[in-house]
Amino acid sequence: MADVLERVTKIIVDRLGVEESQVTLEASFKDDLGADSLDVVELVMELEDEFDMEISDEEAEKIVTVGDAVNYIKSHM
Amino acid sequence: MNLSLKGRTYVVMGVANKRSIAWGIARSLHAAGARLIFTYAGERLEASVRELVATLEDETALVLPCDVTNDEEITKCFAEIKEKVGVIHGVAHCIAFANKEDLSGEYMNVSRDGFLLAHNISSYSLTAVARAAKDLMTEGGSIVTMTYLGGERVVQNYNIMGVAKASLEASVKYLANDLGKYGIRVNAISAGPIRTLSAKGVSDFNSILKEIEERAPLRRTTTQEEVGDTALFLFSDLSRGITGENIHVDSGYHILAR
Repeated sequence: MADVLERVTKIIVDRLGVEESQVTLEASFKDDLGADSLDVVELVMELEDEFDMEISDEEAEKIVTVGDAVNYIKSHM
Repeated sequence: MNLSLKGRTYVVMGVANKRSIAWGIARSLHAAGARLIFTYAGERLEASVRELVATLEDETALVLPCDVTNDEEITKCFAEIKEKVGVIHGVAHCIAFANKEDLSGEYMNVSRDGFLLAHNISSYSLTAVARAAKDLMTEGGSIVTMTYLGGERVVQNYNIMGVAKASLEASVKYLANDLGKYGIRVNAISAGPIRTLSAKGVSDFNSILKEIEERAPLRRTTTQEEVGDTALFLFSDLSRGITGENIHVDSGYHILAR
């Protein structure tokens, strides 16, 4: 399961152009990683593709930090 | 008569990322040998457009800013295109925007500002761009815009964008009539729902996709490539007798009664 974080981190680094070291479980996409609302939608779509799952609008709204994304993915795999 | 666009130049407006319908159109036109000019709105999109365009490995491709809400910028953009390439043969207009809060719940609640914003970016922009592009299409040309069934009928949550698309579709007809005498054709493609960044802004978009998979005559969702290839047809001479038309590329979904 450790590789969920790795895969999520890679997507975040690619999409947001941040350093890998900035991508911690506590990091907030908007506040810490500089994502705007479009970035967040793009990230959600990348995650849906990477993990072959559907993240509903309601669920996506609850994903604020990297840890939220990892937990959501782990609990739906 | 064939589908080669060698020696022709097309302006593609509205690429946001690899999923964009505009990008699907660009790939089809590129494969047919066309020279491409990409426009983007705002710095935020510039990097991602440049990154994608680099993958085409076509050194003649240009990337220029064009905020379609700004008449000066439209003028400047097409002046620069004129200076750099002279003549263009078509424009792919793949631009739309509405506030997210206007894409859920009841249409009735749209604000005046939200209404005008959606019409300004999604509908008026076609007319403004067509006027600017006309002077560069001295060898005739083809303008293609993107619309959706929600402009003809009520689609849950599409709301203000449906009303703006109705305005866009009417503009296609009036522009086709105005520009026909210059050998310029204007058509729309009504694409079935595709999982793009814009589409994700429509509330509960995933369930719209499921409905298409289950009920559309072709029992599958529309792809970027299908729309790109239809655009290629509309840009090519194969469609020379077609203007003012709205072609549905939607697995046949539009023929169904609910």
